[in-house]
Amino acid sequence: MVMHAVWLYKLFRESILTIPGRLIAIIFLWFLVLLPLITIEPSVLRIITLASIFTIYAASWDVLAGFSGQINLGHALFFGVAAYTTAVLNKYLGLPIWITIPLGSVCAVTVGLIAGMPALRLRGFYLGLVTLAFPLILSGVIFVFADFTGGEQGIYGLSRLSNSRILDYYIILTAMICSLFIMYKLTDAGSRMLRIGVILHAIREDEITARASGIDTAKYKLMVFAISGFFAGVAGGFYAHYMRITGPSILGLFFSFQPILWTIFGGLSTVYGAVTGVFVLYPLVEVCCFYEIGEHIRFILLSLILILTLIFMPEGIAVWIRDKLEVKCQRCKVVNAITRNFCRACRAPLHLEKRGKK
Amino acid sequence: MFLSILINGLVSGGMYAVLAVGFSLVFGVAKILNLAHTAFYMVTAFLILTGTIIGLKLSISVIMAVIVTGLLGIVCYKLCFDRVKVHETAVMIISVAIAMLFQEIFLLIFSEQFRMIKAFIPGFVEIAGVRVLYHHFFAVGASLVTLILVWLVLSKTRLGKAMRAINQDSEIANLMGIDVGRISLLVLGISAILAGVAAVAIVPIVMVHPLMWTDPLVIVLSSVVLGGLGSIKGSIIAAFILGFAETWVIFVVPSGSFLKGAISLTVMVIVLLLRPEGLFGVVFEEERL
Repeated sequence: MVMHAVWLYKLFRESILTIPGRLIAIIFLWFLVLLPLITIEPSVLRIITLASIFTIYAASWDVLAGFSGQINLGHALFFGVAAYTTAVLNKYLGLPIWITIPLGSVCAVTVGLIAGMPALRLRGFYLGLVTLAFPLILSGVIFVFADFTGGEQGIYGLSRLSNSRILDYYIILTAMICSLFIMYKLTDAGSRMLRIGVILHAIREDEITARASGIDTAKYKLMVFAISGFFAGVAGGFYAHYMRITGPSILGLFFSFQPILWTIFGGLSTVYGAVTGVFVLYPLVEVCCFYEIGEHIRFILLSLILILTLIFMPEGIAVWIRDKLEVKCQRCKVVNAITRNFCRACRAPLHLEKRGKK
Repeated sequence: MFLSILINGLVSGGMYAVLAVGFSLVFGVAKILNLAHTAFYMVTAFLILTGTIIGLKLSISVIMAVIVTGLLGIVCYKLCFDRVKVHETAVMIISVAIAMLFQEIFLLIFSEQFRMIKAFIPGFVEIAGVRVLYHHFFAVGASLVTLILVWLVLSKTRLGKAMRAINQDSEIANLMGIDVGRISLLVLGISAILAGVAAVAIVPIVMVHPLMWTDPLVIVLSSVVLGGLGSIKGSIIAAFILGFAETWVIFVVPSGSFLKGAISLTVMVIVLLLRPEGLFGVVFEEERL
């Protein structure tokens, strides 16, 4: 027992305390878990809960566009399909949430596979254009079948996730942590168990070379569309049940661009970038709404932030901060805190270039 | 019925053609997929509206609006596109951000109301039982004249020659002494002016609204793809095809006005899947797999 405790403490000290990025992540996680002890103000809980849902959504876009380079400008398609499926199943068939959300995600996977078909032949601008089109086509269809889908008003009065706000919060928090963990593991290029991460990176960097190396790129591209669709679908299902309404606005252009905005602000092709982006920008926008003037200027603010980020910090704010806190050893590739002078694993000097400049 | 479809199809097809030409010019020369292109069209419409509210003469406010839009295009290129040009994704996303910025600014100033601008040439004539506004003739005439002007500039002037050279191979064009950056800047300005002209042609017929840029954007994208990305001739013909298709859907299919975007987008997806080079496009070998 004591041995285990010592071992755990050593693990904690060596692999978390020494790396500032991980320390921040752990502190942030505990903050989220303990938040209901600090405040149970409904508006705060609501903002954080929605931010958690949108984190899953943004990270799923990142898996598709950031890690595997398939630019998807219509990510709202997956979110919207899942939300509408969930809503229809819940409203018309009265199914409980633990059936509707998985079924909604399965639908989103199916749609992901269908939307992935063009990705096998197109890339870059062309893929962006096609994917941009899909949610807009679907929203046209939804208006035509207004009797079934509720048209402009959407489907409302869905059942709650649970009976209390705090339970809602924990359900969605758990879902977010699990989804982020799975996505992080799947896209980890250094993983020894799963090859998919490094293959996706290879496809992003140079598809023809990847194919020449014997990788079935078509299979992996479809797979990443399905994975991304699944997690966007999870987010869509939770969103429908949490808001208790599904409207056509979630298929709109703006909803497709939100995950792009968050992820690029936070940092592309890093899972923590998506988390940072959502948890910084979404509360900011919501807090703006408390004030009279903020209501009107929030989207102006958002677009300005996006433009300025793209021009001045194209790598994203999370990556920018990470580079200020951590440094990678050039010899053994182990991450070190910026304050160290020698690598903690191989004792090689860390700040060679800077010293050279002096 | 047939005549209404013909007239309305010509009007909207002409407008889409002018917009699509500007869009393809920017894509061909500056290699920018400018999703904010129709936002410039919205900006012009609002500037005309502002002019008439302030009390300027209609003709003066129209000319001012078009010129200001052109300058705005140049400013956008200098401030935004030029700095992120290396990443094609960043360019695409920044253009959307610009469009949203314009939309929100006009939402802030003018709120969500639908507004009308009174016709430049009031009155109508009745042809075979169909009312045709004089403005319809003006719109068709304006778009045709603009298209012919663009064709003349492209084929007869040194500027046009430079643009075509950059379109074919920008690196070689640069080696031949063409200032690619400057021409790209000019092209952004020209395309913004073209968007402005399209707005002038159509504005008294459609409502002015901060969200008016999304519908034409969808159709311009599809027509540019249908005609072949970067091909001017193709995008003009495709714009007319889609303009007529849209009008036909609105007139014939019940609740068709919801479907008008969906039809063009479906056309676009099908074209991209079956024939990615479009009707007249150049085959981009490296773009396909």
